[in-house]
Amino acid sequence: MNRFLDISSVGIEFNTDSGTFRALDKVNLSIKQGEFVSLIGHSGCGKSTVLNIVAGLLEATEGGVILEGKEVNTPGPDRAVVFQNHALLPWMTVYQNVELAVKQVFKGQKSKSEIHDWIAHNLELVHMSHAIHKMPHEISGGMKQRVGIARCLAMQPKVLLMDEPFGALDALTRAHLQDSLMEIQNDLGNTVIMITHDVDEAVLLSDRIVMMTNGPAASIGEILDVDLPRPRDRLALSESPEFNQIRNRALRFLYEKQKFPGGGSRAKKPRLEAVDGASESKSASAAA
Amino acid sequence: MANASVIQGNFIKMVSHKSGLSPTMVNSLRTGILSLIGILTFLLVWQSTANNIDTSLGQFPGPVQVYEQIGNLVSDYQREQEREAAFYERQEERNARRLAEDPDAEIRFREYTGQPTFPAQIITSLKTVAAGFLLATVIAIPLGIACGLSETLYSAINPVIQLFKPVSPLAWLPLVTMVVSAVYVSDDPMFAKSFLNSAFTVALCCLWPTVINTTVGVGSVNSDLINVSRVLQLPTLKHVQKIVIPSAIPFIFTGLRLSLATGWMVLIAAEMLAQNPGLGKFIWDEFQNGSSDSLGRIMVAVLTIGFIGFILDRLMLFAQHRVSWDKSSVLK
Ligand SMILES: Nc1ncnc2c1ncn2[C@@H]1O[C@H](COP(=O)(O)OP(=O)(O)OP(=O)(O)O)[C@@H](O)[C@H]1O
Ligand SMILES: [Mg+2]
Repeated sequence: MNRFLDISSVGIEFNTDSGTFRALDKVNLSIKQGEFVSLIGHSGCGKSTVLNIVAGLLEATEGGVILEGKEVNTPGPDRAVVFQNHALLPWMTVYQNVELAVKQVFKGQKSKSEIHDWIAHNLELVHMSHAIHKMPHEISGGMKQRVGIARCLAMQPKVLLMDEPFGALDALTRAHLQDSLMEIQNDLGNTVIMITHDVDEAVLLSDRIVMMTNGPAASIGEILDVDLPRPRDRLALSESPEFNQIRNRALRFLYEKQKFPGGGSRAKKPRLEAVDGASESKSASAAA
Repeated sequence: MANASVIQGNFIKMVSHKSGLSPTMVNSLRTGILSLIGILTFLLVWQSTANNIDTSLGQFPGPVQVYEQIGNLVSDYQREQEREAAFYERQEERNARRLAEDPDAEIRFREYTGQPTFPAQIITSLKTVAAGFLLATVIAIPLGIACGLSETLYSAINPVIQLFKPVSPLAWLPLVTMVVSAVYVSDDPMFAKSFLNSAFTVALCCLWPTVINTTVGVGSVNSDLINVSRVLQLPTLKHVQKIVIPSAIPFIFTGLRLSLATGWMVLIAAEMLAQNPGLGKFIWDEFQNGSSDSLGRIMVAVLTIGFIGFILDRLMLFAQHRVSWDKSSVLK
């Protein structure tokens, strides 16, 4: 019984102008320590909402989240969040951005030089040592995202929460960052929950893929185990039959069992192949 | 419009090619020439209109008369300075003589009290506006931050702000005057009452733009950044210092610049109305004086007020540039 993180019968209602809107209903999920879990589902089904409840940024209407035996309902650095669009403070250098987090989390625990070394080490992990004194507007989108990840890693969180971390990046950069993330997770053994629209990304990175049903009152539809051996290599995998089998099962779930409710082409659909993902159509079908 | 700028760009390229000057130099030369043409046209129109306006105090002053009056004001100032020096010299001589006659004699020092000169009036006005503006800023920025952070406080305070914002500060002037003279009683006052009256009046009108803009700025901090702060569990003070203030800086400065500009305008009016020392009083005195030079002198004061207002705004812009993290943003 290794129950590290427990999301138990979580439901949430939002108050909107046209009455209450039930976004989630009876979401149950347990995650083991060191596990990498992907959340996948159609746009607007409630993935970000689940993640934000775990982060404590949103409060569940029913049920709750238990981390290492304790209920969590406020945000905290033990559940670091990587935001879709980096969320670096634009008035601080790369170094200062990480420093703000490190100083806050380790105040009184690390000496000055230890703090410095720890910041440098985490920026090294994401291959950003060459630009530590640059301002965010001086570095590329992929680099910003790396710094965002470094900031979270530096907090040594119990769970790393990532909301479409690579969604706004081009295919090549995304592949680079996926490899970096795999490497880091391999070394550090972080527990990760990642939202993605990219089925290939989910299969490549995850131990389990959690597929959500369409909202309103979305819940967990199916869970796929990904038993591919690690370390994984994207080129080798693309030819492996197991990889393709898992991938196809995920696609079948999304396109046959959970057809996109509105069916409109303007909505974000899970990605078959890498295309530019900077889509902004949030909350596409909430009112429908 | 697009065409015009293309043509202009080509023009600059052509000139810089022919003359061997760099394009930026040509560009600033061009701006300089255009400003010069603008000013010359203005002076010309001014002079020709002035010639056609006759008042009971003589002809309306044109640029030439104004220039003369500037000279007069400078020599007034120099004369006043000489008088002051002579006064102190005489006083010292007198005291020395008395001490020589009788070593125990009681000697007296008197301050020179001459006419306030034009530069002295300018300095008084600047001090007053600075005091009022600083006082308002010290109150308005924290208040604006608090209102931006707390919806509750905002709802409580907003009606008061909306009620007082449209009130001309001059309407406050009698109340301020009465309150100051009732409350501020001291034998050896550090500040003159007239100074306090003007400064408080300025402060009252400087408050609102800064409060409102700061509130808006604090309310529009990117929600992702707020979430970062929440995940890090930053204490309120640190949250304000590291996240709220840097995001709100452009809004805060917009408010400060509006405040300073209105403060400066209101000050002149308050000085005229209350006969408090400063540029406003200078104008009023000249108006009451009614000599043939008066209109020219008033015109000098008007131009000075405009120029100082412009400089104050530039100073704020410079300050914003210094504290703003986004050096690449174009400030106007
Ligand atoms: N604060 C809110 N108030 C009202 N409704 C909300 C709020 N936040 C989310 N919702 C609704 O809840 C549903 C789930 O939203 P959520 O952002 O979790 O979707 P998502 O799965 O992350 O979508 P995407 O893939 O586009 O990011 C949507 O229908 C959305 O309209
Ligand atoms: Mg989302």
